[in-house]
Amino acid sequence: MSQTNDFAIRFANVNGTGSASANNLILRSIFRMGIPVSGKNYFPSNIQGLPTWYEIRVSKDGYMGRADTFDVVIAMNAETYAKDVRSVRSGGWLLHDSTWPLSPALKRDDIQYLGVPLAQMCNAKFDKPRDRVLMKNIAYAGVLAALHDIDLTEVDRLLEEQYAKKPALADSNKIALRLGYDYAKKNFQCPLPVRLERMNKTGDQIIIDGNSATALGCLYAGATVAAWYPITPATSVMDSFTAYCKKFRKDPDTGKNLFCIVQAEDELAAMGMVLGASWNGARSFTSTAGPGVSLMQELLGFAYYAEIPAVLIDVQRTGPSTGMPTRTQQSDILICALASHGDTKHIVLFPSNPLECFELSVAAFDLAERFQTPVFVLSDLDIGMNDWMSPEFKWDDNYRPDRGRVMGGDEVRKLGKKFQRYSDEDSEGVTSRTLPGVDPKAAFFTRGSGHNKFGVYTEIPEEYQEVMERLTRKHKGAAGRVPKPVIRYASGNGKSKPARVGLVSLGGGDAAMNEAVDRLAAMGLACDYMRVRAYPFSPEVEAYLAEHEVNYVVEQNRDGQLRSLMLLDTEIPKSKLKTVPIYSGFPLAAFEVVDAICKLEGRDVPGPGARANANESKRLQA
Amino acid sequence: MSYIPKPVARHPGMLPNKIGLTLRDYEGSMSTLCAGCGHDSISAAIIQAYYELDMPPHRVAKLSGIGCSSKTPTYFLGGAHGFNSAHGRMAAIATGANAANRTINYIGVSGDGDSLSIGLGHLCHAIRRNLDIMYVLENNGVYGLTKGQFSAATDVGSKSKKGEANVMSPIDPLIVGLSLGIGFVARSFSGDKKQLVPILKAAIKYKGFALIDIISPCVTFNDHEGSTKSYRHMRKNQLPVLQSEFVAAGDQEITADYEPGTTKRVTLHDGGEVVFRKVPEDYDPSNRQKVVDYIESHTRNGEILTGLLYFDESKPDMHAVQGTVDEPLNEVPFEKLCPGSAVLKKMQSGLR
Repeated sequence: MSQTNDFAIRFANVNGTGSASANNLILRSIFRMGIPVSGKNYFPSNIQGLPTWYEIRVSKDGYMGRADTFDVVIAMNAETYAKDVRSVRSGGWLLHDSTWPLSPALKRDDIQYLGVPLAQMCNAKFDKPRDRVLMKNIAYAGVLAALHDIDLTEVDRLLEEQYAKKPALADSNKIALRLGYDYAKKNFQCPLPVRLERMNKTGDQIIIDGNSATALGCLYAGATVAAWYPITPATSVMDSFTAYCKKFRKDPDTGKNLFCIVQAEDELAAMGMVLGASWNGARSFTSTAGPGVSLMQELLGFAYYAEIPAVLIDVQRTGPSTGMPTRTQQSDILICALASHGDTKHIVLFPSNPLECFELSVAAFDLAERFQTPVFVLSDLDIGMNDWMSPEFKWDDNYRPDRGRVMGGDEVRKLGKKFQRYSDEDSEGVTSRTLPGVDPKAAFFTRGSGHNKFGVYTEIPEEYQEVMERLTRKHKGAAGRVPKPVIRYASGNGKSKPARVGLVSLGGGDAAMNEAVDRLAAMGLACDYMRVRAYPFSPEVEAYLAEHEVNYVVEQNRDGQLRSLMLLDTEIPKSKLKTVPIYSGFPLAAFEVVDAICKLEGRDVPGPGARANANESKRLQA
Repeated sequence: MSYIPKPVARHPGMLPNKIGLTLRDYEGSMSTLCAGCGHDSISAAIIQAYYELDMPPHRVAKLSGIGCSSKTPTYFLGGAHGFNSAHGRMAAIATGANAANRTINYIGVSGDGDSLSIGLGHLCHAIRRNLDIMYVLENNGVYGLTKGQFSAATDVGSKSKKGEANVMSPIDPLIVGLSLGIGFVARSFSGDKKQLVPILKAAIKYKGFALIDIISPCVTFNDHEGSTKSYRHMRKNQLPVLQSEFVAAGDQEITADYEPGTTKRVTLHDGGEVVFRKVPEDYDPSNRQKVVDYIESHTRNGEILTGLLYFDESKPDMHAVQGTVDEPLNEVPFEKLCPGSAVLKKMQSGLR
């Protein structure tokens, strides 16, 4: 069984030691060899000194989900040695720093140990203490280059690009790289069976994280006001947005900013600022995570009831409460869909990768302004902070924002009377709004208190309910405009006859889901698969659920939140929707899905590592 | 009173201002507050101030939080967009509104519960950012809408209607503001329109955060014997330390019969002037530390110091700090905001 271009490496590091750049170097070198690759970072909620892991998965088939098992583990953290030794798959390799002896207690006889005196070599070669620490990382990158046949010229070129302004640094990196490379060549049988071979599968791809992609989407959508409060894992959305704005949003004539980014005092204020700006007609957004969404509830309800557009990017992390801030989850579905007290329902979009973070962020602004309501983009830590291989983003220069029903001064004057805010309902339940400052007759009063269709305070039941009923129509209207689900029929997308089993999922689990569908098919269990992309659900969602004998809803939370929403909003009986909660905090892995479905279907559970077999049978089928 | 629809009749004697509007054009709906509420007098003063400044009402945005005071934007400037927001959040919402359109004149109306308890954080940070807004704090020292609880502005020893005395120290918004580097601080009394209107005019024209703490008695829950926010207490203990006048750019100063030698004047960014009359010899409205000491020493004596107490327009406002373009962000054409496909393509070449 060949494992060329099909294996996974795990790096066990100490955070704050500079390992990230070495790991990224390896990822990009593989990418530049034309081979599909992805990287996932597992870091503690800490700045320096705690264990951190990075995983690189090489997949000629383009599978981007978390790897089941690790062929090679680089053990650079003595504190986690025992755990790291255990994480090598049977028959795999453990690379460790042989400057110090490895405890005999850590010996396994089903794996191979590759000892490299990294510290010793670097201490001999470099004088500065910081260099000695940093260069150890580059040295193990060199070892891997030899072990896996990574093209050294690609690595060199990346170093030259990275240190274009500091050639001396590029040189010392190259020296360290060769320390490891030469040692491995001399002492080990290179390459290992888990090796690379050039492909041409990454030509139209980029490597990007979801948070940068989201920020790009907000930039391209024309967002001018952003308000936020720092929080993991959403902070890099605003960091990226700020960086992009500084680069692409300066007035060419004056050099002044065509944007205003406010770091708020808390998430309550951040949401308030977004509402104020949107009320004034600017495209405005905030980025946050679960704890921030909790704090924003009050004003989200206000925005819903007073009908003010708002875009909220929620990069989900593990809850409840502070939870595990650096682990991923999909547990904010309900709190976003139903945010705030009273009867409220919101529009929620579920991107599954950086490309969709980009595209759905743009869509979020259009929907928010079209429906004059908050729109959530539910990303998560896995999509947001990890390195994804993604198709290149495209932009249509003919795109123009959908500003929704905004009356200008001229239109108000044509009315011949004072403007009334909530009266002229269209077929989707939306009414016109005006922006402050346009005309004396355009003024209206925005309030979170009970109001009638003229925007006037009311406590009269019929008047209050009239507005509430229209808000329901508006939410239903949005179902026709939100992104439709992506459905993959086992019988091909021609859709002859649906399979008995329908899988359902959402968001960043998509990569693992697709892989799981392939594996299940290879095992003889043909499943259809629907990825939901928005709430309210498009009609296609209910149709799919109805046409399957059983639907397994796979989601990364304990309580089956997506399933709950489906039970609330569709006529599908409970018995047809089975929950498959996988919510460890790690990104979804294909084996977790396969195992869970097999268990529910009464089949043998294959466990992790079935990957190679599944691929083998897929190859045989082809 | 509130069941009477407001008549639209206009008194023939009403004088139009420079833009042809009469005082009536600056009014709003009929107030639903209790008869005699100090807040209604403040609304009247606000109407007067905007009228005298010849400002088109629709170029003003009026925002508020929740509470009796926060209801009042309905009662003035009917031609302005209003935003009656959530409890305590007005300053945050005004920050976003101002970020999106810096060319509109913003008035925020709040109360002592809204500003000094639930919204204190937002107030402090809006001051730190030097948000360009007139922030009117209608201070009655009591929670009115929920029937008479103490607020964070209730003085030590001040008694509730049931006779219970407050023991916790009050928060003085002016001292808080001054500690945060605010540039415009005033205190006034709802019953002193003569003093209040010029202060409001200066605050409207001031570039930056202008905080006006207006003692505004609650006739229903805090106007009794033993309250330090009653009409009676204010009339007895108000100490108007300095008279200020506002002279708009291009207007003639009214030279009244003040004693010479006690006048100070400061020019605003747009050419308008604040003229301080009867300035005590030991008072300097531009010396922050002295103003703090002055306010605190009088507060200790049970006196309520009123007037435009501190003025400094030198601090950059939020947009100046941010370096935002002069035009309102909500009017920037999309073509100027979206970098386009060529830039996207080029940028992505760096992501390989």
